[in-house]
Amino acid sequence: MSVQSEAIPQLTAVTTRKYRTLWGDVWVKFRKHRLAMIGLTILTIIILGVLIGPFIYAEDPEYIDFAVANLAPNAEHPFGTDNLGRDQLARNLTGGRISIAVGITAMLISMTVGSLVGSLAGYYPKLDGPLMRFTDMMLALPILPLLLVIILLFRDSLRTVFGPETGIFLLIVFVIGILNWMPTSRVVRASVLSIKEKEFVEAAVSIGTQQHIVLAKHVFPNVLSPIIVAATLSVASAILTESALSFLGLGFPSDVPTWGRLLFDGKDFLTFTPWVVIWPGLFISLVVLGINFMGDGLRDALDPRLRDR
Amino acid sequence: MGRYIARRLLTAIPTLIAISFIIFVILDLAPNDPTGNLPLTIPPEVKQQIRISLGLGEPMHIRYLKWMQQFFINEPLNLLEGTTGIKIGDSANRFRLRSWATRGPVIDLIIERYPQTLWVVGLSYIVSIIIAIPLGVISAVRQYSWLDQAGTIFSMIGYSVPTFFTGLLAIIIFSANLHWFPSIYDTTLKVKDWASFVLQLKQIVMPVTVLALFQTATLNRFTRSSVLDNLPLDYVRTVRAKGFREYYVITIHVLRNSLIPVVTLIALGIPTIFGGAIITEQIFRINGLGALLIIAIQGSDIPLVQSLTFIFAILIVAFNLIADVIYGVLDPRIRYD
Repeated sequence: MSVQSEAIPQLTAVTTRKYRTLWGDVWVKFRKHRLAMIGLTILTIIILGVLIGPFIYAEDPEYIDFAVANLAPNAEHPFGTDNLGRDQLARNLTGGRISIAVGITAMLISMTVGSLVGSLAGYYPKLDGPLMRFTDMMLALPILPLLLVIILLFRDSLRTVFGPETGIFLLIVFVIGILNWMPTSRVVRASVLSIKEKEFVEAAVSIGTQQHIVLAKHVFPNVLSPIIVAATLSVASAILTESALSFLGLGFPSDVPTWGRLLFDGKDFLTFTPWVVIWPGLFISLVVLGINFMGDGLRDALDPRLRDR
Repeated sequence: MGRYIARRLLTAIPTLIAISFIIFVILDLAPNDPTGNLPLTIPPEVKQQIRISLGLGEPMHIRYLKWMQQFFINEPLNLLEGTTGIKIGDSANRFRLRSWATRGPVIDLIIERYPQTLWVVGLSYIVSIIIAIPLGVISAVRQYSWLDQAGTIFSMIGYSVPTFFTGLLAIIIFSANLHWFPSIYDTTLKVKDWASFVLQLKQIVMPVTVLALFQTATLNRFTRSSVLDNLPLDYVRTVRAKGFREYYVITIHVLRNSLIPVVTLIALGIPTIFGGAIITEQIFRINGLGALLIIAIQGSDIPLVQSLTFIFAILIVAFNLIADVIYGVLDPRIRYD
């Protein structure tokens, strides 16, 4: 009797250990990745900054005041002003909102298309050939020239339909998303192909589950980790693409200040007012760097081969 | 091997045809009119004549086929005649692919522009290969050393900071403040003597560095992980057990095997760097192919845009093919799929 009563507290001590979910586990791994945490911190600061910033710093980004044109950073205008006297801090904050919104929306589009094409191609052998040929062909398209061409050609007609800002936003987001899903679909297809052979899928099929339900409920949740990593990295590439387009003068118009557009506007006054280009460039670089660090950390945290090492 | 190459070639042809069709259709469906910018005083009949003279009078599939004929038969023939001097057929009346803006043949514009692009792109690629591969190998062999850590951070930065920012920063630092290099690339400069050679060298340093920075970052990471994949393999242990010095183990055995994917990545990266050149050319005002494309797009010069975009697509398909063939030569295992 006494032996039993001694053993019971020990047992309860084991069973009441902190409950950990799969995602809790991932978070524990992620937190140990130093660079990933640095990336997360940078990103959180910048995202919070552009979300809350405009409420605290209530300067109009479009207000033109030639009396204060070309000012270096000072107490009144912490980031300086451009050649029209517009406050650069306010413009960077608004620009950040748009740039990040473009990145996230384009990511959602490319992830939806990418995981749909990838899982269909991986799961249904009949669709594999045609879908992958299609993906290969899309991969062979010259992305940047095509983006430039499409945006230039369809810009005006979309603007008349949706209004100047929404029109160009929709166009840029759609085009970036639709030309960026191919790597994801390949990764997803490869993962689906390997998951499909696992015993639990066989078990699900053998009890008579319909094919598309097996795919959606049993296979797809298991390919989420490569999708999450790809999604993180694709936000960065979408932000870079949007900035490149705006930098070439073919993205957003100048009354919509994205980071890339600010660079484009500032590059002609480069030697005269360098702060106009340094701030947006720094923000783009920091966001992309932060996302890449995070992507690295997520990959390590989600990759089961690297787990428990 | 012959069959492998033939199979790859056969899959490349339908891809190219599909891409050419997509490019043609996108530009054709676009709701813009090449005569839209002309003055309103021009009567509609004249406008219609202008449209016909631009080749817009026929239905789309006829125009597509004509474009294909011009692109794949007429212009290569003209190019051949221009370089060899041999007359082939009725060359004076051959229907040429003309730019709407300059009314000159598209191919002449491209010939005028491509050397500048090739110089900058080629040099930066060579520079990045020379830096990235040794750095990647050393980083892998001395994993977690200070050099590896520095290489990791360098690559992350090189990969994340966009070329349009590094380029502008380089101009601010090295041309505006230090006055080391000119910020604008002068294409008319001819290298005749030592002084002009130095000038040429000075103006090419910044564009090449900016482009190379990005490429080095990618290649360096890839080389590192490829060497790391090879180091724990059995054959390396065997070579070590035979008593070879570590230097030979790495340079002769590990390097050869780990460079297989790197070489294919180098081939695959060439078209991307041409895309990157579009931005670099804009920053340093180099009048290469990328600048030509931007001008053509802004001027709605459809034939020029179609041809340039398609040339970029051909580059991608061609280098994919080359990468596949190189991979097949270097690694016989993948030929049997």
